[in-house]
Amino acid sequence: MMKVTRRNVLKSSTALVGGMAGILATGRAPAFAQGTTVHWLRWNDFVPASDTLLRREMLPEAEKALGVKINFETVNANDLQPRITSAIQSGSGPDLIMLNNNHPQLYAASCVDMTDVVEPLAKAEGAHYALVQANSNDGKKWISMPWAIIGGMIAYRKSWFEEAGASSFPDTWEKYREVGKALKAKGRPIGQTLGHTFGDAPTFAYPYLWSWGGKEVDESGKVVINSKETVDSVKFMTGFWKDAHDEGGLAWDDTNNNRAFLSQTISATLNGASIYIESLRNPDRYISEKGAQLKTDILHAALPKGPAGQFSMHTYHSHVLPTYSKNAKAAKDFLRWAHSKPVYEKWFVSQKGFATPCTPEWEKHKVWTEDPVMEPYKIAGRLARTPGFAGPADAKAAEVLSKYIVTDMYAKAAQGMPAEDAVKWAESELKKIYV
Amino acid sequence: MVVAETQVYMPQAPRTRQRLLEDERWLAFVLLVPTMVLLGMFIAYPFVRGILLSVTNSRVGVPGDFVGLANYYKIWNDGIFHTSVYNTFLYTGVTTVFKLALGLWLALLLNRNFRGKAFTRAFILLPFIIPTVLSTFAWKWMFDPTFSVLNWLFYHLNLISGRINWLGDPDLAMISIIVVNVWRGVPFFAISLLAGLQTISPELNEAAAIDGAKPRQRFWYITWPLLLPVTMVVVLFSIIQTFADFQIVYVMTGGGPANATHLFATYAYQIGVGTGLLSEGAAISLAMFPILFLVVIVQLLYIRRVEVR
Repeated sequence: MMKVTRRNVLKSSTALVGGMAGILATGRAPAFAQGTTVHWLRWNDFVPASDTLLRREMLPEAEKALGVKINFETVNANDLQPRITSAIQSGSGPDLIMLNNNHPQLYAASCVDMTDVVEPLAKAEGAHYALVQANSNDGKKWISMPWAIIGGMIAYRKSWFEEAGASSFPDTWEKYREVGKALKAKGRPIGQTLGHTFGDAPTFAYPYLWSWGGKEVDESGKVVINSKETVDSVKFMTGFWKDAHDEGGLAWDDTNNNRAFLSQTISATLNGASIYIESLRNPDRYISEKGAQLKTDILHAALPKGPAGQFSMHTYHSHVLPTYSKNAKAAKDFLRWAHSKPVYEKWFVSQKGFATPCTPEWEKHKVWTEDPVMEPYKIAGRLARTPGFAGPADAKAAEVLSKYIVTDMYAKAAQGMPAEDAVKWAESELKKIYV
Repeated sequence: MVVAETQVYMPQAPRTRQRLLEDERWLAFVLLVPTMVLLGMFIAYPFVRGILLSVTNSRVGVPGDFVGLANYYKIWNDGIFHTSVYNTFLYTGVTTVFKLALGLWLALLLNRNFRGKAFTRAFILLPFIIPTVLSTFAWKWMFDPTFSVLNWLFYHLNLISGRINWLGDPDLAMISIIVVNVWRGVPFFAISLLAGLQTISPELNEAAAIDGAKPRQRFWYITWPLLLPVTMVVVLFSIIQTFADFQIVYVMTGGGPANATHLFATYAYQIGVGTGLLSEGAAISLAMFPILFLVVIVQLLYIRRVEVR
């Protein structure tokens, strides 16, 4: 063992202080000499089988094919934004970072142009859906590489809805509220998060607002949220929440509704298909009160219509390549490899329809015909709007989304704030951003 | 010859460096250098960077330009910031009172002689030892909107008929985080005050008892005044820690529902790190500084007065 002498301690502390000073002076964390490694950061997939597939099979194949090491890391999706902020500010971190929706727009100045990867793929597969273009392209270049769309549909209990008098899923908010009221009276409320969480909260709140004719801004970027339509939507939501919803939803994240549905405490919830897929994976674990497998009692439906129509917003995933990356070429090569048809198809099949690819080409895939329950997700990419409608899904719209302003407007009203005040609050927050 | 040899025997002139270090002022300076460098790097440098950041319009990846006090003006008019300020004071005030009361009570109990004293004292520290994030996750599950074990317990004890919406209701969410903070903070108070109690000579209490002082009087006129300097230091530390608390709120509510439980630190994090508005985040977190500075000054002055007395 090394003897600890005062001289040694002094020497090491001098080295440490010197090293830290170097890091501060250059503004960069130390880089260690090694072969090319692509550090890939993604969310913890709601279909865990896909992460297992990546770790066990696909990434070792990529390492062999590309001659690079892939360091695959997964985190809670709500932690992706803090991670990219600290990575960009410290000038070091993952080479490829998955982001939700139009969040890449917030980091456009620090991300590599991905046009050379996106366009050849678009040429081969056909153009991307409009929502993909709106989220990942800033009008001049592709700032992120489109990966997949997580379709948001309402998963509901067929038999419970029938018992409450709905032989098919209610097609308007009024009808949904009526059925929901009957269901809640039986202890089977609708479950919906209005919390600060990336997926289920905004993909409910935004289309709900649009379906009443409300919007954040007009085409010119003028804040127009304080309208009769928005106030009507908030008023309706207040009663709808009390009548039909599980009021714990104000504190839910994207996982709570999955657990609540699978433990059969809620009758319906807006979600990706992860609840149904979990019930397929463990059919004997989830048994209904009638003794049937839960998977046989789950159906999917789009969000109901409002006075202005029927809309949806789906969680969208793409990858950014920050400019600090020293492995930009290897990272792009890896993306090209991951998006090559046989490779991407393997991953897509493992998702069982939870993720919808970004081009219409994939609508023809047999995954969609294998299980009719999953069919509504097939065209998720076609019909969705993006945050910031009727303006572009730009950095301002991404800031509004990141601050959960639209979701909070409804949450505040659900907590008892008068509808007009909740809308005024949202308007003042939006005006700080759209200056 | 002999004389000449004695003249040759002269001590060697010490080198300058050694002479400098023999001077106590220089030695003190040299010994202080490592601490100064560490404080400079980890406290002063980030602090100054924070101030510089807060007067720009910097966002993640964009250095930004000087905007003066625009960010402070912006947060001054920000409703969520007002809520965060109110929450931070409420959270710090209520938890400190409870932590002090319960901690003192626990310390008085632990100061008695009983079997298993050492074990109990060690056990009491448990909430303080467990990493906060882990214990807070356990609490989060206990307060879960759907699967709360507390609700289950109250329901089976026939105390409630429906679910209590612990984290979904703004007031209950605030109470929940206060409960967790008190739970976590009481051991720190208890052990620190216990250490203070043990420095008080038992003879004082015995003499007072002989003079006819009742337990309550002995506490108010002997124990409490002698314990006051320690209490003040513990309260000071606790206020600073609680005021800048992050972990409990971040894990339990994330500042929700609808921003109802944000504190300075969690709101600064949401704006600065979550949304990437670094300069605004820096302004929010620096807004804490004058308040904390004032608390420290007032309490240090008080402690000095008590000590001089």
